Amino acid sequence: MDEFIATFFNVEVIRAASPILLQGLWMTLLLVLVAVPLGIAGGVLLAVLSVFRHPAVRWPLIAWVDFFRAFPPLVLLVFIYAGLPFAGIEIGAFGCVAIGFFLNTSSYYGEILRAGIESIPRGQVEAARSTGLSAAQTMTWVVLPQAVRNVLPDLVSNTLEVVKLTSIASVVALPELLFQARQAQSVTYNPSPIVAAAIIYFLLLWPFVRLLSRLEHKAVARR
Amino acid sequence: MDSWDRFVFTFFNAQVMATYLPRIVEGFFLTVQLALLIVISGLALGLLLAVVRSFGIRPLNWLIIFLVDLFRALPPLVIIVLIYFGLPSLGAAPSGFVSTWISLTLVLAAFAEEIVWGGILAVPKGQWEAARSTGLGFATTLTHVVLPQALRLSIPPLTNRTIAITKGTALGSVVAVAEILSVASGAVGFSSNPSPLTLGAIAYLILFVPVVAFGRWVETRFAWKR
Amino acid sequence: MIRRRTRVAAEPVMTGPAPIVAAPIVAASGIHKHFGALHVLKGVDLAVAERELVFVIGPSGSGKSTLLRCCNRLETPSSGRIIVDGIDLLDRHTDINAVRRRIGMVFQQFNLYPHMTARGNVTLALRKVLGKGRAEADEIADAALARVGLAEKANAYPLELSGGQQQRVAIARAIALEPRVMLFDEPTSALDPELVGGVLAVMRSLREAGMTMVVVSHEMGFARAAADRVVFMDHGLVVEEGPPAQIFGAPEQERTRAFLRQLDH
Repeated sequence: MDEFIATFFNVEVIRAASPILLQGLWMTLLLVLVAVPLGIAGGVLLAVLSVFRHPAVRWPLIAWVDFFRAFPPLVLLVFIYAGLPFAGIEIGAFGCVAIGFFLNTSSYYGEILRAGIESIPRGQVEAARSTGLSAAQTMTWVVLPQAVRNVLPDLVSNTLEVVKLTSIASVVALPELLFQARQAQSVTYNPSPIVAAAIIYFLLLWPFVRLLSRLEHKAVARR
Repeated sequence: MDSWDRFVFTFFNAQVMATYLPRIVEGFFLTVQLALLIVISGLALGLLLAVVRSFGIRPLNWLIIFLVDLFRALPPLVIIVLIYFGLPSLGAAPSGFVSTWISLTLVLAAFAEEIVWGGILAVPKGQWEAARSTGLGFATTLTHVVLPQALRLSIPPLTNRTIAITKGTALGSVVAVAEILSVASGAVGFSSNPSPLTLGAIAYLILFVPVVAFGRWVETRFAWKR
Repeated sequence: MIRRRTRVAAEPVMTGPAPIVAAPIVAASGIHKHFGALHVLKGVDLAVAERELVFVIGPSGSGKSTLLRCCNRLETPSSGRIIVDGIDLLDRHTDINAVRRRIGMVFQQFNLYPHMTARGNVTLALRKVLGKGRAEADEIADAALARVGLAEKANAYPLELSGGQQQRVAIARAIALEPRVMLFDEPTSALDPELVGGVLAVMRSLREAGMTMVVVSHEMGFARAAADRVVFMDHGLVVEEGPPAQIFGAPEQERTRAFLRQLDH
């Protein structure tokens, strides 16, 4: 048991690693602050565009969304990170992560919001337009607010996935939480820093997982 | 060489592609194998946990809820790294393949449990009452009346979640699983040309575009009934 | 206060064979039921003799459905005693599933299994509770479906049937187990008016075949024509009971009169 604790919960190792783990945590949070708003903005754009049922809009949109949903995010990230320099573009790890996350997460947010918009009865639009609201005003003030409320559990769930996904930035050497933990582990030959990182992720995200469970079961009960 | 030619030479270099195609194909089949294993074991374990949870044994349920929360909250890559780099300190040294398999199985099982459990809760109480009123026991009611309906409700979200988690097989490249991504990025290092990555990307598209389209179909197919 | 009325056996009955001689099939006494702070049943007695049709009426919230659900232990009474066909329902050693198959139950919302055909709905308990083979179960199910006039719908799924047809399948599901008594919990309340008649016709034919029945319902016309006895409940108590002619024609209690007056409007 002592050996187990010394291996996985080694206080000295964790204390020594804590400054760089903390740096990693800030980088993770910074990534979240960039990736989530970007993804949501892109998702809203995709969802609103999907309202146009014209085939010239509809099919390219479906192709775009399915293309980026089919790619494992890590593959997309590595492709951007390893491929762009060959095309003579140097934007650094953070830029690559931002682009990769934007392409991936906006497609997911877009799908969720599209489902939300489609869940709003036609009568809502007709009622709004009959009072003289423009199409854009109807979308902004009548359709989107209801759509967001209808798919709130999915939006929270996807945001949770985005936060967890930031860990793949470690693969392109962006010094976020997992990267720093692995650095510390390779220096100390002790897995405690990774355990510490796991605990940090868990403490950070557990409240959202609980919230999500509640939201999901409430959505089920409403049916 | 104009810029288009340079682009093709860089990203679609036929010679480089031909060299590495066989290895990418091998990686492709390894990815398929890993994905199938994860889907089977993850869904089976998730279903089992949901069934156990429906028996309502308090301490057991707390444990299930905690484990489900844990594996929903932890990033899959963190779990993979923890198992691959951590377990050897305990004397067990799982390969990268096994580490990825175990990790993603646990993650999929957690999500599947939550979805199936939600489905069980969504089956109206009257179904339980009708079955029990004809003398069916708890277990028979669960397996013959409630679960079939719960699973039907669960299929669309379960399909999407399974697809998303299966894509995590690419994470295996971090722990030296010779799947598509790791073969492709290794080849980029050797050949100083990103064409193998293009090939890898195409391999992923061949693998997952049909799967994503299938998920879309399942969603509409099961949305109409009820 | 618990009201105990002695029943007068000599009272002539409108239809069906003469009731009440042997031990009752359902004998509930002193039933109390609490839902948290809510006291839903406040000491109710109910005895149902073989081949008797007892109609339970009363305003919503009077506890009539809860009483019915206590009779096959879908609700467990807080206190009291329920004997069905000689078996004590509240005894810890009673195999509740074995008793329940002798008590048919029909629900307001039908509660058919949506993933099974009409025949599948009927055969499930035959096979899993009575252990019958598929062929035999199918045969019994088809006979039961024929009794409710739906022989040709055996392969239909619930979604393909009207509400009235669904309720008749639900009745077939219960009678296929050859119950000693049938409980009906507002069987026609969820139906469009034009579909009620078919369900009542099936219930009438069951009655003529000598089935013992307890019916919670607002179908007063049916009660008048078919019931042996009408029980009026209010606020968790039996206020008054007697033959339909008495309850509908000359109720003794003011509360009964008030309830019936309301229905006329």
